[in-house]
Parts: sequence; C-alpha cells; structure tokens
Amino acid sequence: MKEMEIQFQLNGCDVCVDVPSDTLLVDLLRDTLGLKGTKTGCREGECGACTVLLDDIPVNSCILPAFKVEGRSVTTIEGLTKDDGRLDPIQEAFIQEGAVQCGFCTPGMIMNAKALLGKDPHPEEGKIREAISGVQCRCTGYQKIVQAVKSAGQKMDSTR
Amino acid sequence: MSYAFKDFHWANDIRVNEYLLPKTTAEALEMLAEYKGQAQVVSGGTDVIPKLRKRELEVEALVDISRLPGMSDIKQKGDKIILGGLVTHARTVASLLIREKAGVLAEGAARVGSPQIRNMGTVAGNLASGHPAADTSMPLLALNASVTIASTEGERVVDLPQFFQGGNQTAADSRREIITQISFSALGKNQGCCYLRLSKRRALTIAILVLATVVDVDPDEKTIRDAAIAIGPVAPMPFRARDAEEILKGAPVSKEIVERAGDAAYKESTPESSVVWGSDEYKKEMVKVFVRRGLYKALKRAGCPVA
Repeated sequence: MKEMEIQFQLNGCDVCVDVPSDTLLVDLLRDTLGLKGTKTGCREGECGACTVLLDDIPVNSCILPAFKVEGRSVTTIEGLTKDDGRLDPIQEAFIQEGAVQCGFCTPGMIMNAKALLGKDPHPEEGKIREAISGVQCRCTGYQKIVQAVKSAGQKMDSTR
Repeated sequence: MSYAFKDFHWANDIRVNEYLLPKTTAEALEMLAEYKGQAQVVSGGTDVIPKLRKRELEVEALVDISRLPGMSDIKQKGDKIILGGLVTHARTVASLLIREKAGVLAEGAARVGSPQIRNMGTVAGNLASGHPAADTSMPLLALNASVTIASTEGERVVDLPQFFQGGNQTAADSRREIITQISFSALGKNQGCCYLRLSKRRALTIAILVLATVVDVDPDEKTIRDAAIAIGPVAPMPFRARDAEEILKGAPVSKEIVERAGDAAYKESTPESSVVWGSDEYKKEMVKVFVRRGLYKALKRAGCPVA
C-alpha cells in the first residue's frame, strides 16, 4: 500500500498528513484527525450523514477519496463553531426548533444548510427541501429541520 | 451484532494499492496502459467508490482524472454544444447554455442522486456507468450526442446508440480509456424537448422509468419533422423507440398521432419485471403514458401544441 502526503485546509487550519491510497475522507477525518462530528452512515453516498463542505460545496465524504482534497479546503461540523465556543446560527436554530432527535443526520443536515444559506439567506421552502434532499432523517419527519433552516436564515440576517 | 455488520458491504473498506493523480490526459492514459487493465479511471467517484466497496469492481489502482486541464468547460462551437468530460451534474444544471439549448439534459442532470452526488458526479461518468436508467443517458441519446474517447492509440468518436453495449458495458473501457468530451447539436427554433422520471422518491433513488424526447416541428404546416424518443430501463441499455419515432416523422401534430406513438413504444419496449422496480406490464403501461405525456409537453415547448 502506497502512502502519500497531502496538504489541505481543514476548518481554516492548514493540515499536512500521510494518507494510504485507499483512504476515504470520512475515515481520515474521524480516525486519523479525530473529528468525530462527521458521521459514517451508509458508506455509499445515500444517507448524507457524512456531508462536509469541499471548497464550500457539500459532498459525501464517505465516497470521497482523501487524495481529492489535496490543496483544497474542507469544512466539517466542528468548523462551524466559533473560536470562543459560540455555535453557528444554524446550530442554534436546530436546537431551538427541536430539529435534533437522535442527532445522527444533524451534521449532514447542517452542512447542507450552511452551503445553501451561504448562497441564499432567504431560501423558499422548496429550496430548503431540495438542499437537504441528500440527507436522510428517520426521526423528525423533516418539518422541524426545514423550520430550523428558515429561522437560521432570519437570525443570520439580524446579527449581520 | 458484529456478525450482521460484517455481512453488509458498508463494513468493507475499499481496496486499492495506488491512487494516481496525473496532470495531463497523456499521463493518465500512460498510467492506465502501464496497469494493463488493472487500474480504473475515477472522476467524481460517486459510482466507482460504492462499486469498490461492494466488490463489484476490483482493481489495483485508481487513476483520478478530476484535475486534468481543459475538460471542465461547457462550450458552444457553431451549432454544437461541447460538454467536457469532467463537467459535473451540478454545473450542467446551472449552465444557461444547457438550460436554453439542451433543456432536456439540464432536467435530467437535476434528478441525479442528491445535491452532494451532483456536486461530484460527472455526466461522462454517468454515461460510462452504462446503467440502463442513467438520468443523463436518455437526454443525450435523444439529443443524438456523440462521445470522444481517448486512449494511448489516439482519439475516436462514438455515437451514443453504438456507445451502449448492454449489461452496463459501453464502448469506453474505463480501465484503459477516458471520455474527453460529449457533443451534440444545440436545440433551436421549432424544437422542443421534455424529460420525465418515474421514481418512488424524488431524491436518491434509481428511476423506475426515464423518458427524454426531442421534437422538431414545422409550425406553418403543423407537422412533426423529426422526433427522438429515448427510454430506460426498458431494454438492457438506454433505448430509442424507433418505431414510435417513425410514426411521428412527417406526421401532422395531432392527438391521434401522439397516441399511436405511445402505443408503438409500448410494443417495442421490453422491460424486465422486478419486485423492487415494478412489473414489466406496469412499466410498459407507463412507457405509453410517458411517451404521450412527453410528446405533448415537447410539442408545446416547440411552439406547436396539440390542439
């Protein structure tokens, strides 16, 4: 098995790490770098719990070869929390709206919501549903998640 | 518990000895040649990685072509649209050129997998999977697209009907060759298109039925000059309903002709029964419904609706 060194930005910090050829990003993040916020679900790109942002675009890290992030920037759920520990408005909204039940899909939901609200702070409900359509939640029935994304957009506005 | 976990493919790690990142197409083709069929081209990875995980695909190395230069653009040259081999579904959906002049492809690409899949997966990769229900294969087949395939021996151009060889096989050998571009004629005045998809859910599901149709009309005579109808999965590969198309060519725009086309497509399609994806009879009935529905919409968009 060959290893190669890759460099990338992880949550704003430069990272340099030796990676075996068959490593997928989710395993690099969780097992090597210790960021357990990104979840491993179906491991075939269906459930979306492993979603991270690659150059601000949501991707499934469970089917993303780690080498693909060389020279690029990766944001995980840990990267949303501010340095002083304050949560991102999306995270707060998920808590306030009761959009978290078992919590397993939550990182995936929030990362997709982050990408959406970054482009469009006031999306219509259809846009929100579209943006989270690649993440499966088996607890909430989605209503409160959609509501949380909506109210996060409004909140981001008022703090701007 | 642990026994059950081992039984699932998602317990598997993928196995490859080498992950190669060539800088040029020539270098990538050399790498593939060196591995003599034991290396696989990977671009978005949304199809290849799950296949490696399920052991449906076993190779020694992956050759990642996603950073090769000059293959990520969507361009128009004369009346041809050229889609680079690395263009993702997301970029295809967002392209004004594709939306305006190949709307059926934009509609198809918008229905692939999920947003995350569309951000990584490429149209060329979707074609190369050879899947008889691939969401972008039907639009491209209806657009009479052709594919440019590069190997160490040079480049060749293959028209889509010949590209699909059945049983998930295509003319492009993804262990030796690279699809560098896909080209097709831009749709213009008096042409209309439509994409329809039947599936259990709206996201993250393989289609039960996909239809893509393009019609070319004479608005003064109110006749159909030409029509293309691509359907999947109703045959071992993406399928053109030639009998239905023949009925439409030169015919007046009418309810009767649209219904006859639907009946012809019903007769010539041979879907398989599946417990998960529906019976053959159900799918055949839906072919009839989809051909009619698709033609009505395409004719309307062409500016020549059925009265």
